[in-house]
This record gives sequence, structure tokens and C-alpha cells, in this order.
Amino acid sequence: MEDINQYPVTLGENAPMVRFQNVTKRYGDLTVLNALNLEIAANEMVSIIGPSGSGKTTVLRMLMTLEEIDEGVIYVDGKPLTHMEKNGKLVRADKKHLRQGRGDIGMCFQHFNLFPHMTALENCIEAPIHVLGMKKGEAVDRAEELLGMVGLADKKDQHPIRLSGGQQQRVAIARALCMRPKVLLLDEVTSALDPEVIGEVLEVIRTLSSEHNLTILMVTHQMGFAKEISDRVCFFYGGEIAEQGTPDQIFGAPQNERTQQFLSAVLEAS
Amino acid sequence: MFDWKWDFTLQILPRLIEATGNTLMAAGIGYGIALIVGLVFTLAQKTPYRALTFIVRETVEFIRSTPLVLQIFFIFYVGPQFGIRLSPWVSGMIAIGLHYAAYLSEVYRGALDAVDKGQWEACVALNCSPRRTYFGIILPQAVPAALPGMGNYLVGIFKDTPMLSVIGVAELLHTANALGAETYRFLEPYTMVGLIFLAISLPTAAGLRIIEAWTRRKMGLTRED
Amino acid sequence: MGYIDFLSNHGGRLLDGAIITAEQTVMAILVALFLAVTMGLMRLSSNLLIRGAATVYIEIFRGTSLLVQLFWIFFVLPLFGITLDKFTAGFLTVGMNLGAYGAEVVRGAIISVPRGQYEAAIALNMSAYTRMRRIIFPQAIAIMLPAWGNLFIELLKGTALVALIAVTDLMFQAKQINSSTFLSVESFGTALVIYYVMARFIITPTMRRLEAVMSRHLVRN
Repeated sequence: MEDINQYPVTLGENAPMVRFQNVTKRYGDLTVLNALNLEIAANEMVSIIGPSGSGKTTVLRMLMTLEEIDEGVIYVDGKPLTHMEKNGKLVRADKKHLRQGRGDIGMCFQHFNLFPHMTALENCIEAPIHVLGMKKGEAVDRAEELLGMVGLADKKDQHPIRLSGGQQQRVAIARALCMRPKVLLLDEVTSALDPEVIGEVLEVIRTLSSEHNLTILMVTHQMGFAKEISDRVCFFYGGEIAEQGTPDQIFGAPQNERTQQFLSAVLEAS
Repeated sequence: MFDWKWDFTLQILPRLIEATGNTLMAAGIGYGIALIVGLVFTLAQKTPYRALTFIVRETVEFIRSTPLVLQIFFIFYVGPQFGIRLSPWVSGMIAIGLHYAAYLSEVYRGALDAVDKGQWEACVALNCSPRRTYFGIILPQAVPAALPGMGNYLVGIFKDTPMLSVIGVAELLHTANALGAETYRFLEPYTMVGLIFLAISLPTAAGLRIIEAWTRRKMGLTRED
Repeated sequence: MGYIDFLSNHGGRLLDGAIITAEQTVMAILVALFLAVTMGLMRLSSNLLIRGAATVYIEIFRGTSLLVQLFWIFFVLPLFGITLDKFTAGFLTVGMNLGAYGAEVVRGAIISVPRGQYEAAIALNMSAYTRMRRIIFPQAIAIMLPAWGNLFIELLKGTALVALIAVTDLMFQAKQINSSTFLSVESFGTALVIYYVMARFIITPTMRRLEAVMSRHLVRN
């Protein structure tokens, strides 16, 4: 049993936007994340790469509170997410605390997960109205603005079934942004797309990272894109960060043997 | 008022147990008939004779869409109109057997359709005889798909036996009615009948689920161990 | 021309019975839907008491015979102080019986909604209530419709039993006509045909159209 009190109850003034401190996640006997330490600064664009099973997606899912933490603490914007304060000490977060913390995080999924029974516009205004309590008019304005930003203003009244994969993923991004998250998680958002539509989604992400006040954490297999757009790249292997650095460092001169193996295998395949 | 008489309950128990035997027999015979006739219905629909297929299909739909109790009355009373007297037991068994044969034929049909099309094609590629195809390859794979439905209808037929009381078959409900009329006490007879049904159907349903899981494992259709 | 005579003499009574049957069916459907949704959702609760209560209801009504339930509710319940008129006892019992089967249909449909929908709702920080009401349940409805089509036909057939507690429905009328005329084939046969028409030409097409409407926007797996 770890001593939860070794962790601070809040982080100080210059806290990073996201901090994973000694985070461990197990599924039965399998340790998927092993005492992970990771910090992400505000407005940073971080790409996470690595082979399957290395724990990359788990990092995102835990930050989105889709998975429970086994050991360690995750902080968002200086405050604990997975735990909460009680009498000056840290205890596991209850449902209420999780819901409060969750509001700062948004996520886009590999398989889009748009609501099929709603139009693109309705998908985007649903949560602002029912979760943030926004008035419908205000929510619609914001949604139309964001749908315009992703280039789908003319598709706002279409249902997902009528949209291509690339279009659906762009709607998903607009939907996440309508909730004004501080951190946006992108979980292999182009892996399920036909090659010819990948570009339109990457273009949207490019716009996001340059124009918006947003911290972005992206798990991806698009190496070229990651190299072009990231502030930092983390290579995951076996539940740990094997190597991290600037794109030039990681792609240009990888130090770790595993990083080298992975990158050469990926390059061979493309 | 609620005053349960235990001595009365013990008194009527022997008759209820005898009636339970009748109920189980009716369910068993009816189910046996249904198993076989159901197969006939299914196979008849797979023949190339369009007229036969159509007639059988419509008959099956008709039987499935209309109340069993009405079918029981029909078969029981129809005979005498043409001079044939069918006993309650015989007409009851015919009615229940036909009714559930219609249900089971749909289960069989669904199970056969559930077998991957590729299996048929593999048999053609290996030049298997129709007999070998059906009995060696297709039917064994259809069985696990059919078991849940077959199990459900076994329990269902058991629960439908009280309908036979309306034409005088001395099963559980008929006996409870008789006891109620004789003694003016309804609480114990009807409650005991309900409990007897629960006592038989719940373990049976649980047992069937175990058999289904065991069959799926034996045929290598689950991914466990 | 015997059958035409039969119809002109007795057809009216059979139709009166059919109307009662239709009323019983509609009322039973309402009862069954209400119970199925309530009990189905209760079965998904993390609270053991809530889940247990729903399980008890479902197992009792699925594990015993509808006719026995009918008799029990009509003859035994008065001993506990609850006396229902036969019309109400009829559709209430049929509804409660099929509601138990319906509860499993509802539960099955809800857990069939793709996991990704739950996760998207969580990512958008929806409360569990909003998630169920706005995202999961609407999709579950489209999934459960075919099974409900079958259940509605079972409901229709189940209402025939209320004739045995003297509700003057279609089967009751058929029995009466048979007792007085001994024309079993005509009376019971016509009743069978009327039930068939109600099931095959009213319920089934309606459900098919409903299914088509609800699945309009959903991707078929």
C-alpha cells in the first residue's frame, strides 16, 4: 500500500497544466503504466508514440477519468484530479469531484463516437446545454462557429451516418471544443480513417495548436505530422516513457535503442 | 383475510403432487411431439416445392400468432362436430404439440441460418454428400445455436399446461380450481400451485443455462480456457 | 352459405369481443412498457436492494404460468384486501407478466449500445442521468423494437386468457357461441382468424414501420 500522503495536496503557483505523479495502472496481473511521471505545460502540444500495448492510450483514458488509477496522483491545472482533499489530506476522489475535474478535459476518439441519433449541430450543443446549462441560442452560436472552423458549417444539419469518416472526426473535434476544455486529448484520431481524408483532420489539428489557447495531448501513428507540429514527443515502451524530447531529438537522433527500433520499423512500413 | 392454514395445506398436498405428475407428463409428451413435428415443419420449408413451402410457412405463422388456449378449444370441440370424440388428453397434446412445433421450427430455422455460409461452401469444395454435409457439419453447429430457444420453450410449455384445465385435463390448475370449489378455500391451493411452478421452472431454467454453456465449450465455440 | 349465415348471426358478437380484446391488449401494453422500462433500469442499478427487487419481480412473473397468475390475482388477492374488477385484473396481470419479459429486453438493449457512446458522454462530462436519458436510452429503443414486436403479439395472445375470468373478450364470445350453437369450427375458427388478422396485419406492420423510422439515423452493425 502506498502512502498517499507523500503527494502534495495542491501544486504551487507555477504548476504544469497536467502532471502524472508516480501513476501506476494495472489490469489484473498486467501492469500497463509503471510509476509514470509526466508533466505537460499549458498550451504545450505533446505527441505520444510507441508500439501497441505500451500504455499510450491508457495515459489519455486515465486523464479523461475513463479508467481508475491504482497508484499515484494525476493533477490538472495544479489541482488533484484522481484524488481530493479531505481534512488537509488526499483521499480518492468521489464522483462529484471527478465530475468537477472532468470539465477541464476533452477527448476525441479513434472511432469518433458521435451520437448517431443527432445531427452534427445537435451533437455539439448537447453537452453545453445539458451539462454547462448554456442557453440554446448561445450554444448554437458557439457550435456553428466551431463547425465553421473545422470546415463543416454546411453539414450542421446532417446526421453522422451521412458524413464521411474525416467529416465525422472533425465534428467530434468541434463537439469537444464546444465545452471549452483546457486540455484536449486526441486518441489516434486518424487511425480509423481512409488515407484520403486524414489530411483534412490533421489540418484542423494544425489550426488548433497554432491559434487556440489549448493544451493538446495526442496519441498518434502519424510520425510526419507529429514531427511537424509537436512541441515535445514522448516515446512509450512497456508502460514507461522510454525517451522524450523535441521532435528533432526524437526523430532525428533517438538515443534509446527501443526508440530506434520502433522508428525504423515504422519507416519501413510506410 | 390472510390466514394460511398449514394443516389444510398438508391435506391437499397429495392431490397437488399427483397433479404435478400429470402436468409434467403433459409437458413432456407435448414437448416430445413438438420437437419432432417442429423439425418436419422446418424441413418442409427447405424443400424446392414452392406450394408446400408456402402452405407450411403460412400455417406456422398462423399457429404462432394465435392464442394456444383457443387452439386447444378448437381441436377439442372440432372433432365432435364431425362425429369424432377426442379425449381431453389427446386433443390437449395435439394442440400443445402443434403450437410448440411451430415455435420450435422457427428456432431450428434460425439455428440453421446462423451457421456460417462458408461452411456450406466448404462442403461443396470438399465434395461432401448432402447427408454428410447436414449430419456431419451443419447440424452439429446448429445445435448450440438452437439450444437456448429449445430450452426456453421447454420451460414455456411447462408453464402453458394450465391451459389444458379448460378442457378438463387434471393438471395443477384444474386441481386447484376443484379444491377451491370443494372447500371454498382458494389461498392455499393457488399459492401452492404458484410455488410448485416456481420450484420447477427456476432450477430448470438455471440448469438449461449450464447445459448451454457446457455445450458451447465442448464444441469449441467459446474463447474461455 | 352456412358460414355467411353464421357470420351475419354471430359476427357482431365476435366483433364486440374483438374490441374488448383490443382494449385489453392496449392497456396491457401500457402496463408492460411501464414495468419493463422501470424494472429493466432497476436491474442495471449498482444498488443491491433495487436490483434485487427487480430480479424478484422478473423471476416470479417469468417463472409461473400466466393463467395461474391471473387466477391468483383475481381470486386470492381479495383475501389480502385488494379486490380488482375482472377487466382490470385481466390487463394488469397480462401486463405484469409480459413486463417481466420486457424488462430483460430493455436491459439487453441498453447494454448493447456501443461502449463508445458511454465514453463520449463521459468525455463531455454528462451526468449519468443525462447520459441515459439523452444518449443511451434513445439508441436502446431502436435496438429493442424487434423484440417488442414479438412481445406485443404475445400480449395479444395472453389476453385471450382473461375470458377465463369472464371478461367478455373475443375468446369469451367464441366460447359462448360454441356453447349455444355447437358450431365449433365456425366460432373458434373465426375467432382464430380475427386474432391472426390483429397480429399479422395490424401489430406486425406497425412495428415494422416504427423500426424503420427509429433506425433511420443509426448505423447497422
